Amino acid sequence: MLSRIAWKNIWRNKLRSGIIITSISLGLFGGVFAIAFMNGMANQMINDLINLELANIQLHNPQFLLNDETIYTIENPEKKIERIKKIEQVKSVSSRTVRMGMASSSSTGKGVRINGINPEIEKQTTELSDKIIEGSFLEDERKNQIVVGEKLVKELKLKLNSKVILTLQTIDNNITYAAFRITGIFKTQNTMFDESNVFVRDKELKEIVHLRENRTNEIVVALSDNDFTKQVKSKLINEFEKEIHNEKLIVRTWDEINPSVKMIQQMSLQFSFIFVIIILVALSFGITNTMLMVVMERVRELGMLMAVGMNKIKLAGMIFFETLYLSLTGAFAGMIISVGAISIAAKTGIDLSPIAEGFNAYGYSSIIYPEIDTAFYFYVMFFVVITAFLASVYPARKALKFNPAEAVRTEA
Amino acid sequence: MSIIKVENLVKIYNSGAVPVTAVDGINVEFEKGEFTSIVGPSGCGKTTFLNMLGGLDEPSKGRIVIDSIDISKLKSKQLIDFRLHNIGFVFQAFNLIPVLTVKENIEFIMQLQGISAEEREKRVDVLLEQVGLLDRKNDRPNKLSGGQQQRVAVARALAAKPKFILADEPTANLDSKSTENLLDIMLKLNKTEETTFIFATHDNRVMKKARRLLVLEDGKIIKDEK
Repeated sequence: MLSRIAWKNIWRNKLRSGIIITSISLGLFGGVFAIAFMNGMANQMINDLINLELANIQLHNPQFLLNDETIYTIENPEKKIERIKKIEQVKSVSSRTVRMGMASSSSTGKGVRINGINPEIEKQTTELSDKIIEGSFLEDERKNQIVVGEKLVKELKLKLNSKVILTLQTIDNNITYAAFRITGIFKTQNTMFDESNVFVRDKELKEIVHLRENRTNEIVVALSDNDFTKQVKSKLINEFEKEIHNEKLIVRTWDEINPSVKMIQQMSLQFSFIFVIIILVALSFGITNTMLMVVMERVRELGMLMAVGMNKIKLAGMIFFETLYLSLTGAFAGMIISVGAISIAAKTGIDLSPIAEGFNAYGYSSIIYPEIDTAFYFYVMFFVVITAFLASVYPARKALKFNPAEAVRTEA
Repeated sequence: MSIIKVENLVKIYNSGAVPVTAVDGINVEFEKGEFTSIVGPSGCGKTTFLNMLGGLDEPSKGRIVIDSIDISKLKSKQLIDFRLHNIGFVFQAFNLIPVLTVKENIEFIMQLQGISAEEREKRVDVLLEQVGLLDRKNDRPNKLSGGQQQRVAVARALAAKPKFILADEPTANLDSKSTENLLDIMLKLNKTEETTFIFATHDNRVMKKARRLLVLEDGKIIKDEK
């Protein structure tokens, strides 16, 4: 009964209710869309990190992590890879030899991470091969091919088929040089990655640094779904319990390798809630003001209800329901607009090319695909209910203070 | 049999610089089935007295006993509940809820009382039949004339099956025809249902129909005519 009256009451003054409903819906739409945008950015960053650089899980020799020294290797990687592949959720496993060195052209040089890879297996593990913008991903038979990032190519003032000299240490600490020809140029959304990573064939790098065939520095595990990461990590820990116990191996997930990205995602989530709360607090003042006007316009009617025997709880309840319906109507409208806008933007993307340079430097994509968890809409609704309750407290208190004898005689 | 007993009732307002005595030691009894008009000049204390009878205002002194219950001793929550189950109100400005239909306005009180939907439905029809508005039960109040709205207000007051009905200037906003009509309905209800009506009024037409006249002056009853 109270809720039915409350629902009818909000349509008494359609213009006023329409204005507050519009402000709630637009406020929430703005908030939810901004959150979806930030969320999309953070998720794309994580996806790029997983799909192009780290994959989901990596295995190393713990000593290697201290100073990226190639000498600290994983023994018999092939056998380990076979064991890893037996885990159901594993999509692909590759191994990499890693060496820090200097990539030089005739004009300048730059410190780089030299990744020795098996291109065929790497293609199944990461999507880096899809980011080739010129040439190929170590596909032809020529020796000493190298794939470099576009940013590095520009810095070294080189181009496709140019020669680049890699200066690096062998594992017995001798400086060595090797000439490579650029046969592929890649471009990701992360310019830092592009300028500091080069890719050569694993076998050739091992020969240069004198590393034995049955050794590697990095085993990279790609999973069928990122949600399996923790589960597979546990399985790997069980599988290589002995090696881990003997400090020959360490298993790390992508967020342990690059915690800053995970932190950005978590901060984005926390910021989302703070953002929504700020919007709702601002809206709550508008809602309170509207409800106060409603109460002050209906002094005589509320007085009559109190006079005839409506108790305080029911009277406050009626005002709460009215506030709730007003807020929820606005919130539903805002959610519908948000769902529509986010669905469209998730398909078309939002092109930020004019400012992409700055975005790419931080590893963000220049085209953002907003996305938001469905549960977030429910959280927003929950917050709206809380807001409506809080916004109704003052108007309800005001109404409860009316003296029914005076209120029924008030001029309308 | 007396259903309301008022003893030495006093109401003093202290809101201004000087205390104002609105009701000054009223002693009176009302019996079941009375049709009483409280009359007197403006400011004589009619409305204040009526408000205290209805439990809407607290006496400064004295007591009001309704069916052996001293309502001046009831706590706020108990008083609200007492009003809901025992007192019907008819206001000068009708005070119907504009978003509800005639039927819903009447039903509303019964819903507050927790009466079942089936019983409410039956009672609404009976009440609307009594006030001659059965055919308007699904109309909103703004579709009705002032007289019709006041008849709905009477039906609403009766819906709670109260012990008595308090009506503060119920005809003040009505034309003569509507007033006649309303008074006839009230008189009929008074005779057939033994409903007790107590009016505060300036209206001579109400005074003429009343079977008891209480004349107030300066907060005191100066005449009690039956």
